[in-house]
Amino acid sequence: MKPLLEVIELTHNFGGLRAVSDFSLQMGEGELVGLIGPNGAGKTTIFNLITGVFRINQGRILFQGEDISAWASHRIVAAGIARTFQNIRLFKELSVLDNVRLGAFAQHRYTLLDALRRSPNFQGEEARLTGQAYALLERFNLARYAAMPARQLPYGEQRRIEMARALISGPRLLLLDEPAAGMNQAETEELVRLIREVKEEFSLTILLIEHQMRVVMNLCQMVTVLDFGETIAAGPPQEIHHHPAVLEAYLGRDGALAEEEPEKAVPAPWIVP
Amino acid sequence: MAISDNRKNLLLWLGTALLLAVAWILPDTGVLNPYVVQILMYVGINMILTLALNLVNGYMGEFSVGHAGFMAIGAYVSSIFTVALLPRAWAPLAFPGVLVVGGAAAALAGLVVAYPSFRTRGDYLAIVTLAFNMIVKSVLENLEILGGPRGYLGMPRLTNLVWVVVWVLLTLLALRNLVHSNFGRGIMAIREDEVAANLTSVDTRRLKLYAFLISAFFTGVAGGLFAHLLQFINPRSFSILKSTDMLVMVYLGGVGSLAGSLLGATIFTVLLELLRPLGIWRWVVGPLLLVLLMIFRPQGIMGFREWKLFGGGGQGSQPHLLSSPNPPPPTP
Repeated sequence: MKPLLEVIELTHNFGGLRAVSDFSLQMGEGELVGLIGPNGAGKTTIFNLITGVFRINQGRILFQGEDISAWASHRIVAAGIARTFQNIRLFKELSVLDNVRLGAFAQHRYTLLDALRRSPNFQGEEARLTGQAYALLERFNLARYAAMPARQLPYGEQRRIEMARALISGPRLLLLDEPAAGMNQAETEELVRLIREVKEEFSLTILLIEHQMRVVMNLCQMVTVLDFGETIAAGPPQEIHHHPAVLEAYLGRDGALAEEEPEKAVPAPWIVP
Repeated sequence: MAISDNRKNLLLWLGTALLLAVAWILPDTGVLNPYVVQILMYVGINMILTLALNLVNGYMGEFSVGHAGFMAIGAYVSSIFTVALLPRAWAPLAFPGVLVVGGAAAALAGLVVAYPSFRTRGDYLAIVTLAFNMIVKSVLENLEILGGPRGYLGMPRLTNLVWVVVWVLLTLLALRNLVHSNFGRGIMAIREDEVAANLTSVDTRRLKLYAFLISAFFTGVAGGLFAHLLQFINPRSFSILKSTDMLVMVYLGGVGSLAGSLLGATIFTVLLELLRPLGIWRWVVGPLLLVLLMIFRPQGIMGFREWKLFGGGGQGSQPHLLSSPNPPPPTP
């Protein structure tokens, strides 16, 4: 079967710094792949390259068999790759509803003149988008916040708005950048459940950056480990767990012990690199 | 819901008709002396200017300090039509069309400024708009065929209160509709976070073109109205000072607010008239007001807020919708 996303020998430099080196990845339809590694390993840079924030100089990215390496961000997203951000990036002064409706920017079928005249076509499309947005807000338990400016909502809700905003465009591939950052254990478990449900409901393929080992181990079928831009290991989570290069570069000996003997584990279940 | 909507629409149409009727009859009744009517027309023209500039500076969050350039283009192009190109007798009939042509010429210039905005923003884009203003003014000063620095005259006095009111309403309607569409939301998203907007499938380049196009168009129309009210224009009327006046009105009324634009234009215009006895010193008022505003109330009177009439409640910080646990989808 043809892979949904194919990243081929991607290399990216910031000045003299090699942020991503020879990174390759194949993702089939419906997979859930984790991307882990210490801070500065190049994980978010890879997301930025896939979504066209940075121009690609070396390597190629194919999505559904099409080369999207040179595409503008909005076109990539419209083609079916949506993402969330490590540090939440909502449109703070806009209402929650408007944030979500903006996610469907590429979907609305009206022209500027339609909008200025409020033509029947415009009104129909707006009603459709608004309905769609409300359905998603309901799904994420956010409907009662619809009219509130996004900045007024608590952190966890803001994360869910980001997800609703990403999903309204009907993406095939969802890139989640540390969705559990800043969450406590209960919230994280809730999030893991949500990601699983959403993946089924929207038949998504998900690429996930995460620091919390618990999340990765629970969710992902495959994990790729980065360190200083290099891919040092790739495979199913159980294998990665015992991979010597990973233990050395990332988990450390204590981390490995903690996972093997949960009773004696230090309280923090995540790894601080 | 539907009934109250219909009723609201009916009231709006009635209000509009009444306003136009008053604008039509009022100057002839002699209730107001011609001077007051003149001021009212200035208020209206300034409303259009402020609304248009607010789209770029308030809603999109860019900083144009060169909108007087667009106004100049609208004023000169429309004047060329009524003075030189069209037979005198046609001018009154052709006036709306002439204004649209002036606005279209300004909109074309708007595209020229929009392109740099793809690559640069904030302070740097402000400098680009400043340069644009200066270029327009210098070109006009050096075009002998348009009177050069002496200015251009001979326009018939075609601007009256009715036309001013019509264009204020058109501008208001267009901007209100724009703001409450995905295009307007996208324009505000550029202000909030341009990168995130791109990554939410918003085509920010196209929206910047639209914003400059629409803003420049209405600024150009206001220029046309201005030229056919004063019946005399010269390049100095469209200097940086004029741009500064527009900035004061936007930031006084409130960025990102249609209601604020109307308020800002009204207060500023009337204030300047009341201060006429101060002579030359009254030109200090505008800049001084700008300084005080920036220090004490940078968001202006209505910053990011809106009257219900203009669709307030959806965006901004009104908490009144929160009490109902499951609000119905807002009617567009």
